[in-house]
Amino acid sequence: MRKLALLLLVGSLAVVAAGCGSKKESASGTTTAASSCAKDDLNLVTTDQLTVGTDNPAFPPWFGGTPHKPWQVSDPNSGQGYESAVAYAVAKELGFAKDEVTWKHVPFNNSFAPGPKSFDFDINQISFSPSRAKVVDFSDSYYDVNQSVVVNKGTPIASASSVAALKPYELGAQLGTTSYQFIQDTIKPSKKPSVFPQNAGAVQALKNKQIDGLVLDLPTAFYVTAVQVPNSKVLGQFAAEPGGEHFGMVFEKGNSLVKCVNTALAKLRSDGTLKQLQQQWLAKATGAPTLK
Amino acid sequence: MASEGDRRPDPEVARRSRLLEGLRLEGEGARGVAIALLSSFVFVAVVIVAVTQSAGWPEVKRAFFDWGDISNAFPDIARAFVLNVKIFLVCEVFILILALVIAVLRSLPGPVFFPLRALAILYADLARGVPTILVIALLGFGAPALQLQGVPTSRVFWAGVGLILIYSGYVAEVYRAGIESVHPSQEAAARSLGLSRFQALRRVILPQAIRRVIPPLLNDFIGLQKDTALVAVLGVIDAFNQAQIYSNSTFTYGAYLAAAALFVAITIPLARLTDWLIARDRRRQQAGSAFA
Amino acid sequence: MSALRLDGVHKSFGANEVLRGIDLAVEDHEVVCLIGASGSGKSTLLRCVNLLERLDGGRIFLGGEEITARGVDVNAVRRRIGIVFQAYNLFPHMSVLRNVTLAPRDVLGLSRAEAEERGLELLARFGLEDRHDEYPDRLSGGQQQRVAIVRALAMRPELMLFDEVTSALDPELVAEVLSVIRELAEGGMTMVIATHEMSFARDIASRVCFLDEGLILEEGPPAQIFSNPRQPRTEQFLQRIIEAGRL
Repeated sequence: MRKLALLLLVGSLAVVAAGCGSKKESASGTTTAASSCAKDDLNLVTTDQLTVGTDNPAFPPWFGGTPHKPWQVSDPNSGQGYESAVAYAVAKELGFAKDEVTWKHVPFNNSFAPGPKSFDFDINQISFSPSRAKVVDFSDSYYDVNQSVVVNKGTPIASASSVAALKPYELGAQLGTTSYQFIQDTIKPSKKPSVFPQNAGAVQALKNKQIDGLVLDLPTAFYVTAVQVPNSKVLGQFAAEPGGEHFGMVFEKGNSLVKCVNTALAKLRSDGTLKQLQQQWLAKATGAPTLK
Repeated sequence: MASEGDRRPDPEVARRSRLLEGLRLEGEGARGVAIALLSSFVFVAVVIVAVTQSAGWPEVKRAFFDWGDISNAFPDIARAFVLNVKIFLVCEVFILILALVIAVLRSLPGPVFFPLRALAILYADLARGVPTILVIALLGFGAPALQLQGVPTSRVFWAGVGLILIYSGYVAEVYRAGIESVHPSQEAAARSLGLSRFQALRRVILPQAIRRVIPPLLNDFIGLQKDTALVAVLGVIDAFNQAQIYSNSTFTYGAYLAAAALFVAITIPLARLTDWLIARDRRRQQAGSAFA
Repeated sequence: MSALRLDGVHKSFGANEVLRGIDLAVEDHEVVCLIGASGSGKSTLLRCVNLLERLDGGRIFLGGEEITARGVDVNAVRRRIGIVFQAYNLFPHMSVLRNVTLAPRDVLGLSRAEAEERGLELLARFGLEDRHDEYPDRLSGGQQQRVAIVRALAMRPELMLFDEVTSALDPELVAEVLSVIRELAEGGMTMVIATHEMSFARDIASRVCFLDEGLILEEGPPAQIFSNPRQPRTEQFLQRIIEAGRL
């Protein structure tokens, strides 16, 4: 009995020692100190290829073009739609030709899961937030977001003209967006809001009048009213706070690629490309009254 | 003490050897337990060491097991959990009743009752075969979309209906097992006294049947408790949805742990309550063999 | 008009014909004992009388009414007949008293007070009144069987059937059950008793029927059957019983 106990104890100590001995370098990401943004020096998932992630379905006006399998609604490969266009523009700045860009389906929840990423960056209407930035790295803004609210025409909420007037209604938002937080912090409604895991559910609930209004970013709101919910309208947009919400691309924490992408974005901003793309793809998304 | 040459067994020696014999036998049992405990402890220790020494552990720890993260998420999730409990309590009552009806229909004998039996069988098959989430989405979004007069649009209502319909299929089968486990002589005795089939069922068979299937009934209760989280697919903010919201805004997963803790917290008292109910009833099971 | 009459009763289970044409008449206050080997059809016969089994041929009359006719209210018939089984079949989730009062209350419509009064009286008659709150699993086999008899009696049946009611009991408990049945016989209850207890049958039966392979091979007063059987098979059967020390 004593011999057995001793044996087990020694055995476990040996394992612990072995474990300590083989402790690897501290993990979390590929901390590379690449200072050069030359194409060959870039830290990529697959060499000579820029792997860009986004969710499926890919919705206008962020993506466009006829979808090919496995993509639905739109095709990121088309270069149409704001995010697709921006991705290709950034890729070009980094030295990648169009055919050197690969799109990968990355469900939203996977974009921030721990462990090494399967993409170089993810572009999917993901808003920057300080707590999120603790887990992943964000690029600089490629779009400053305004929240807005979509309603069914002819319903009581459709005549609301201020933020306060929205308080008594049942509002909804999509999971993963910052719209829910916006509802809680800015509108502070008296009825509990809803948060839908998918766009399809949110849209259906609005159609069914199970919610009175759907809060989302302005460009998506226009898509919803134009295509998804007949007889709806964008009631209005909310004034953007200074230094307010913006979309950024998501990177694995510590990925040196961020700096290079930021440089590319800065260039696209200064030479007016970004503005031109916004006008091309998001033009409709400016004509909504501002709710105060 | 016996003197030398005395051939009778020395009582004192006999007593001592009996004692030692007893200790030795006891010791063997105790040794087995000690080995089991020690080896379990060692195994767990080895697993813990292996996990915490792995390369990705710091990142995983921060993502899943951050105490600050969990405790921040907890209050909102606990508040939202109240909805899960409400849904569970209300649905469970209806399930127990509907399932009993189906089980009784299933047990009606004779060719004249064949259509009812067939209906009950079909119902139980369908209810168990169809994915719950599908039924909830279909009812929660589909039923209100029909825009029929008087049809409720509340998503919680339809989620509840979905859960009731599906779980009644499972619970009906559990009841059926209980009913079939009651010896036919009980029904014979009851019918011989002049009780109708319905009276025999109500007074003699069902009370015995239900007592026998309390453990599997509890299994289904617990399953239901967890499936109340499916209401999230309709956008309603229950504990699970709240955890998703929190998780998506911080890109961590501690919120899910907080939600899981709540579900477990409710399961354990339920299980102990059931054990107590069974123990209390045990003495009334099966009229045993002759007392003497 | 007989209390009970069986006319040409046939019963098969699948390919196995268990009752091959039973003719039997039982008069009021008669005690008829059925004896015979296992499988001879005694239990089946009793279950047919109680309409627990459907006949494949023949008819049964209770007090002159045909109870096997189409459209007869089976529950109403069963109220008039009491049956006690070998396995007592008390309801384990109910106390003794509740076992006894269940049918009088639910079937006869007695109030709880009336049913309990009747039940306690019957239990007292057979020495069981202090057990009325107990659950069956606390009683000995003999006590449970006596409760089963009381339960049947509480319905005030016209006819009592006993299906080998002491066969499952330990020998020392048999006597107390037999004494209950004896008392009922002395009280004038019409009874049909299937039994292996030959000395008991000889004591209380007005008539003994020997069943062999689904037919009543021989019937007559106990003295005649036991001491002077006419059929060789009856004699064989009794011989085996004697050898087994049970007569």
